[in-house]
Amino acid sequence: MEPIYLDNNATTRVDPEIVAAMLPFFSEQFGNPSSMHSFGDKVGRAVKQARKQVQKLLGAEHDSEIIFTSCGTESDSTAILSALKAQPERKEIITTVVEHPAILTLCEHLEKDGYKVHFLEVDHRGRLDLDAYRSLLSDRVAVVSVMWANNETGTLFPIETMAQMAHEAGVVFHTDAVQAVGKLPISLKDSTIDMLSLSGHKLHAPKGIGVLYLRRGVRFRPLLRGGHQERGRRAGTENSASIVALGKAAEMAMEHMEYENTFVAAMRDRLEEGILSAVSHCFVTGDPENRLPNTCNIAFEFIEGEAILMLLNKQGIAASSGSACTSGSLEPSHVMRAMNIPYTAAHGSTRFSLSRYNTMEEIERVIAAVPPIVAQLRKLSPYWGVDGPVEEPGKAFAPTYA
Amino acid sequence: MWDYSEKVKEHFYNPKNAGAVEGANATGDVGSLSCGDALRLTLKVDPHTEIILDAGFQTFGCGSAIASSSALTEIIKGMTVDQALTVSNQDIADYLDGLPPEKMHCSVMGREALQAAVANYRGEEWSDDHEEGALICKCFAVDAVMIEDTIRANSLRTVEEVTNYTKAGGGCSSCHEGIEEILVRVLEEQGEVFDPTAAAPVAAPKPAAGGLTTLQRIRRIEAAIESVRPQLQMDKGDVELVDVTDDTVYVNMTGACSGCQMAAMTLNGIQQRIMEELGQFIKVLPASEQQKQAAVGG
Repeated sequence: MEPIYLDNNATTRVDPEIVAAMLPFFSEQFGNPSSMHSFGDKVGRAVKQARKQVQKLLGAEHDSEIIFTSCGTESDSTAILSALKAQPERKEIITTVVEHPAILTLCEHLEKDGYKVHFLEVDHRGRLDLDAYRSLLSDRVAVVSVMWANNETGTLFPIETMAQMAHEAGVVFHTDAVQAVGKLPISLKDSTIDMLSLSGHKLHAPKGIGVLYLRRGVRFRPLLRGGHQERGRRAGTENSASIVALGKAAEMAMEHMEYENTFVAAMRDRLEEGILSAVSHCFVTGDPENRLPNTCNIAFEFIEGEAILMLLNKQGIAASSGSACTSGSLEPSHVMRAMNIPYTAAHGSTRFSLSRYNTMEEIERVIAAVPPIVAQLRKLSPYWGVDGPVEEPGKAFAPTYA
Repeated sequence: MWDYSEKVKEHFYNPKNAGAVEGANATGDVGSLSCGDALRLTLKVDPHTEIILDAGFQTFGCGSAIASSSALTEIIKGMTVDQALTVSNQDIADYLDGLPPEKMHCSVMGREALQAAVANYRGEEWSDDHEEGALICKCFAVDAVMIEDTIRANSLRTVEEVTNYTKAGGGCSSCHEGIEEILVRVLEEQGEVFDPTAAAPVAAPKPAAGGLTTLQRIRRIEAAIESVRPQLQMDKGDVELVDVTDDTVYVNMTGACSGCQMAAMTLNGIQQRIMEELGQFIKVLPASEQQKQAAVGG
């Protein structure tokens, strides 16, 4: 049976059209875009076109605001470290507790260097308190960095509003939009967002290519020096094949934007409704009213996520989980913990993330596969009785070093 | 994706002895909900012979937790209670053809469930001294709590010392930053400052090899090898001295050490010990190398 890939927030398939677009840049068009001969010239033009394609997807005012990087993580690090370097008198950062590790780990590291980091908390639906945010904005803050869409739950933050609030307070605003770009219409020229990170492999371009959008006029200090590439803002020979691929991916994302928001969203809704109506004691995490069209995160109570994934995988279904075990850490996902999801449910949280390559037939197959898997694992669970949880699960089973 | 053995997968997909045992007279509940692994072991023990007639498990946990629980029940069925208590977590892991380092704690949980169930059967209180920290060294599966405790107990100051005491950091060395962070924290609590340039304390200087008789030399080499054996034996391996020449010591790695991917690293460790003991540079090679050289020479 054909495998079913529902892990598109982790990474996506490179579209064959995109592969075809990038292939010549390994062989015939191998020149260095900086070179003064025809080999370089053609590549230079292709990079320029790709820059325009990305500019269009982001709705940026100038194509020079697009800086190609190696990945979303590099874009994130560049943005935050630049803001700190350019404003040495400002020693505070505002971010949220549910950011991707690319931001979170960096901020925790910066705390050790003496920076004060404010981690905004979220409620049980994963929503921010904008009043709390407003109260932290001051001329001590070097940068605000808030993700546009959460990778685990798909929950969207009011980024344009938050950028406006930062702008009014005179604070630089960065957003990690790795999950949002390509799935949501974005118009940066109509916003006050100063910096934005995106990653190619989340929108059907290859791994190893990212972008940092940098609004014209925002003070900037490069992370990598040593070359004039990207106007001296990101040294290093251009990854031309992947840049071309990302340009093509940006163009295709524009074409499919409506499809993502209608048909992909409909498949997601069907999947969610199908599972919720067939399985008891499970619930959707995050803010279902306000999320990416492709993401659905369901917490199955009293069972553990890695076990769910292994049984799904056996049937060729790929998903992902917020359990501790899947990452080798000692705690379930920080996003689940931040929303105060109890441990017995957080470990069973399972993320299904779709793409335009999925079909309704696949969704029906997943809906049929999930209930027996959940039942099989609950049969092994000390919290589960004959056909429901044991009475007072927390008391009936309270292991020694809980 | 974890690199699970076929045996782990088999015990996960088709677990043995799942569910509570009917008429059980021993129960052990262990695990940690924050970590996402918890296990209830139920046993039916014959009160006259103390033989475990039946064992069953209920597990909230990942693939390897379920597989470890299943393996545990298979191992102990038919044993007496005393025999069962000799089953180590390594036995459970071995039964499953090994577990990834991040997952060794699943086998530890199995062993602890067994101890708890036996205590329950005997009407004793079982208290657990197990505390688990984040995994720091993936080569040797050493966690933060273990490193921290060892630093405190032995007043360690350098990464090198931590490696000598716990093995952590002795492999690929990617975790040295993590070890340094723990050193910084613990030393700070003791009012000290971590010095990354400090060398590990050197043992009192030994007389140069020139001053030793051949017998003294060999005795010292033997003593050095003796001193590393307990550590190897903990991992079910061993080493024996085969021959000594002017600048080379030949040894046989036995047990789990033979064919172990870490054997080269272990040899380096032994070499270091012997050099400290003799105060002279010396190579430590597997005895098979000596045979090869002999063959070439002949």
